[in-house]
Amino acid sequence: MPLAWLLVLLPWAGAAVLGFLPRERVAALVNIGVSAAGFLLSLLLLAEPQGVTGWTRLDALNLPLLLLSSVVGLTTSVYSLGAIAAEGLDARRLRAFHVAFQLFMGAQALALLADNLGVMWVAVEIATLASVLMVGLHGTPAAIEAAWKFFILCGVGIALALLGTIILGLAAQAVPGEGEALSWAALLASAPRCDPGVLNLAFVFLLVGYGTKAGLVPLHAWLPDAEAEGPIAISAVLSGLLLNAALHAVLRVKAIVGANAETVPPGALLLAFGLASVLVAGFALWRRRDARRFFAWSSILHMGLAATGFGFGGVAGNLAGLLHMLGHSLAKSAVFFGIGAAVRLRGSQRIADLGGLCTTVPALGWALAISIAAVAGLPPFALFASEYLLVTEAAAQHPWAILPLGLGLLVAVAAKVQTLQALCFCDPPADRTTGRVDWTSLGPIWAHLVLALLLGVALPGPLRSMLGEAAGVGG
Amino acid sequence: MGFGQLPYDVAHLLGGGMLLLSFMLLYQRRVAAVVSVLAAQGAVLALAAAWQGFVQGAPQLYLTALIAAVAKAGLIPLALRWMIRRLALARGVDAALGIGPSLMAGVALVALAIMVALPITTGAQALAREDLAIALSVVLLGMLMMITRRNAILQVVGLMSLENGLVLAAVGIAGMPLVVELSIAALVMLVLVVAGVVVFQMRERLDSLDTLLLHPHRGEPE
Repeated sequence: MPLAWLLVLLPWAGAAVLGFLPRERVAALVNIGVSAAGFLLSLLLLAEPQGVTGWTRLDALNLPLLLLSSVVGLTTSVYSLGAIAAEGLDARRLRAFHVAFQLFMGAQALALLADNLGVMWVAVEIATLASVLMVGLHGTPAAIEAAWKFFILCGVGIALALLGTIILGLAAQAVPGEGEALSWAALLASAPRCDPGVLNLAFVFLLVGYGTKAGLVPLHAWLPDAEAEGPIAISAVLSGLLLNAALHAVLRVKAIVGANAETVPPGALLLAFGLASVLVAGFALWRRRDARRFFAWSSILHMGLAATGFGFGGVAGNLAGLLHMLGHSLAKSAVFFGIGAAVRLRGSQRIADLGGLCTTVPALGWALAISIAAVAGLPPFALFASEYLLVTEAAAQHPWAILPLGLGLLVAVAAKVQTLQALCFCDPPADRTTGRVDWTSLGPIWAHLVLALLLGVALPGPLRSMLGEAAGVGG
Repeated sequence: MGFGQLPYDVAHLLGGGMLLLSFMLLYQRRVAAVVSVLAAQGAVLALAAAWQGFVQGAPQLYLTALIAAVAKAGLIPLALRWMIRRLALARGVDAALGIGPSLMAGVALVALAIMVALPITTGAQALAREDLAIALSVVLLGMLMMITRRNAILQVVGLMSLENGLVLAAVGIAGMPLVVELSIAALVMLVLVVAGVVVFQMRERLDSLDTLLLHPHRGEPE
């Protein structure tokens, strides 16, 4: 069996086993074991020859994202070992959590690996359904509201993406081509001969469909609610992985539609969604009082920035977008781990109740402060590098985009610095609780920060060339 | 293949039947009746898929038809009925938009679907084009139903009807991979299970399925 398939089947097998493990601690350890095996498999993939095997393909574009997924999956399962007990879930819900988590990880890998756009759609839908279950896990009215909103909005979104996929199949049906129907490579090859009108229609549906999943404005309404509910590990994987899978699908489709010179340039539509997300999220950050919602809005901002990069297109624009996706996943999951640990200590997720962490719990406070700085795009982390690339690309190719892009970025950075001060440096609330934070929370945060730092200042040579090649794949 | 030829006419008739049933979903006043109409739409979908299998000479479409018949005309309506009985739902349909305006909006959406789908698909086969226009209409009407109904079960029915439109679009296009059709069918069942879990929790905690009541529970008052 090809190694790539194992990466999908292993988590699903793990999910089946986890469904029968009643003991909390054992289940959490098995969960880590499965994620660690997935991480090793994704490292082995680096040595695999690239290309298509059956329904999966392995190329420079999905390889870095797969590696990232397995890293975040591993650190998140380590984090939940320490955190899940504090969530107050009964045995049945705890099993449901572990099963849904591994189901999600497998579907996420399949969504990135799929060569057939139909299979990609199926994978994104499975990942969505698994995360709906995780978001609603606590069963409080707020969690049910979030889960229902997530289910309905993403249900419609994903249905539109399927319609777009079917229309893409219709476009390709008219021109005889080789290869399996709906295969990405076959569609890319036949796109220049397809009817541009049908391709346009397909792209609109696919962009709106997968754009809903990626949380692009104005299709973002589900995201802040979903990331504020459910166990905090979910916020880390939703924000760090699911959004990437959706944006990766958009990028693949953009490459197909962009290959036909007579279509409406797909980059322009993507750019409009991206800039709208940057502006709306930049200002919305100022009105947030709930820490998890604040960082959920920051995810919308960062997805907007990555979409803007892909909208610019070309190797430089795509490279900026890809680097931004990688850097955002690492930094944002680190922030959610930190916020989760703080929420466990203080019993509230309001920013006002979480203040002064550096005074009361310095180990956590400083780790969180540095993570927030990384998310805000301060140097030397990866997001600074990608935002720098993005702005220089805008200045060189699309000077008009500087104004909305710069405005959104500055407003957002200011909001994040303010939140950074409120959470970490201001005076703690009156009932100061001191507590210890164990390695299961701090370890993942620092691991992510080190990786984000490496990505920002010392990109290893092979990874650099892989990202350069990936930027070419995106069209 | 064009008007006046049997394969085309029958496909058109079945597609038109699904569209008609989509309109019927919009004007039912009782939840149980809505579920019956959904079952009828599933049955017509099964016929449409079987007919396409016969016309295209694609045996795998018979499997799609069988799944549609078993799941969409049988299991899903049964499950929805069971949920309604189990939850002792109020029988009336609570609409955010009245029945008359809903139907008018529906007609406008169908016109929109035809205006979008027909002009741009001149290169494709006539059957695939018109099938797409009808399927797009069914999808849009399903969406309209999700928007204008406040009851959670009816929103799920809207989503199911929307997926019927997607399957109609997929079977109309020759050469769609079987795996896609199979997985759509499997996923619809999964969607229903997930929806059921959330709906039961909603009932348990909030004692109602009116989604309007959910809004005060947003985590952050503005």
